[in-house]
Amino acid sequence: MLDSTKPVRIGIEGVSYSLTHVPDLVRFGSKPLRELRAQPALGAELAKRLRDFAAATAYAPHQVYIGNIAPEKLRDLPRPWYEKLIEGATAQGRFGDLVDQAKFYALLAGADQFNLVSFEEKWFQAQAAAHSIGRAPRFKPLSEIQNLCDKGALPLHSADQLVGAFESAHEEDASLAAEVLLENLAGKVSAAHSLRLVLDSLNLNPDDIDFVISCSEEAVGDRYNRGGGNLAKAIAEDAGCGNAAGCDVKAFCAGPMYAMVHGASLIQSGVARKVAVVAGGSLAKLGMKFESHLKNNMPVLEDVLGSFAVILSSAMPNQPCMRLDSAAFHPVRAGAAPQAMAEYLAEKPLARLGMKLTDVDRYAVELHNPEITVPSGSGDVPRTNYLTLAALAVMRGLIEKNEMTDFVRTRGMLGYAPTQGHIPSAIVYLGHALDALRSGTIRNVLFIAKGSLFLGRMTQLSDGCSFLLDRNEL
Amino acid sequence: MFKGKKIIAIGERDGVPGPVIAECLEGAGYEVVFQATECFV
Repeated sequence: MLDSTKPVRIGIEGVSYSLTHVPDLVRFGSKPLRELRAQPALGAELAKRLRDFAAATAYAPHQVYIGNIAPEKLRDLPRPWYEKLIEGATAQGRFGDLVDQAKFYALLAGADQFNLVSFEEKWFQAQAAAHSIGRAPRFKPLSEIQNLCDKGALPLHSADQLVGAFESAHEEDASLAAEVLLENLAGKVSAAHSLRLVLDSLNLNPDDIDFVISCSEEAVGDRYNRGGGNLAKAIAEDAGCGNAAGCDVKAFCAGPMYAMVHGASLIQSGVARKVAVVAGGSLAKLGMKFESHLKNNMPVLEDVLGSFAVILSSAMPNQPCMRLDSAAFHPVRAGAAPQAMAEYLAEKPLARLGMKLTDVDRYAVELHNPEITVPSGSGDVPRTNYLTLAALAVMRGLIEKNEMTDFVRTRGMLGYAPTQGHIPSAIVYLGHALDALRSGTIRNVLFIAKGSLFLGRMTQLSDGCSFLLDRNEL
Repeated sequence: MFKGKKIIAIGERDGVPGPVIAECLEGAGYEVVFQATECFV
């Protein structure tokens, strides 16, 4: 950790966000895949509860995600958000876009260098071809596609229609099975799409990027190198960043925070001038809570892949910046109790900067959409995290107990991110944070993300990483 | 309340983690036979 009285700031040039709506891939999410194998009849019930693209676009949390609605407005909007759709909502947002499934299929085909995916030509030409970039799509007659699926390829549907197949790359290597490779390629193309968006929005030449860091969650590799990674370089290639090298930074949901710290450190050290931090969506998490949604007669809300891309470079005057000297990590000895997390990721790093918990205008925490998580009994995750911070402020005598609700309301927000793991973990707020810092609505934001290391069964530890954003006022 | 019972403690990442529940209960003299933490998001 930097120990200097002079702030160390790294400029955030911009960020883009995208949501890829893939209702017909929900069945390939880890949970639906398992449950539908056990109870095939659930498939029809699931299909009835899938949203169309218009409904996914007009869903208020998605409009917040792509920048068309400020997060603080969300609490004023009538609920349930999946019924009270936003009139006149568009798929284009100030920070990015929503991508429909046909375009996503075109992106998959264009990014496939190993003949994994094939489509029926007539459907593709009518529905997807307009979005084609990269490699020419592979076409097969429908009978051959059906034959491939009968032999184990994943069927790609457009509503009820079989339109393509996704094959495995090796008969005996579970790491190269069709399910795994579809996850990996979906991560690659959704991240590359967000990277292209941010490059376009900043009018940057892709060749200006020195280094790409991917914090996508997929374990890319074969059986000898499961999780070997460097999806970053594949993403850089797909987005045309010919001068960029890259590598992956992973830490469960805290990955994006670590990736930002690593990217900022490359710039501060002079190793790189312009770094892209990117992540693609997690296909495995599609439909993770679909059973609760079916039980509650709701649409299956986990039908989108989230992605983002951030461009970091040297700080400019008045630019919103990341305070590299504020970066904080959760040490092994800290323990996993919520209070310890709040102390190590908020209180202690703020104290290093001469600040208290109440000197932070806004906290970005795990911003999972409660409409997705509450019906399944997982609770309102952001609220729990904000209450922990507020409770710590009470314990330190910074606020009264009866001011906790006000602390949560003024320094927090409702969650609006799909349950995509790394995507909701604070980083989802970066676009709105840049807006609020530029407009002067807030002076600073503390980003805090946590990682569930115990899920990998290697340690019982939790993890976390945080940093402060402010404006480089000279 | 848990006297003589064997305890399985399931904690939650954004709530109270398994090891913390186990430590509290063991400190109070109870037998925790299994503890784990899960992440539900």
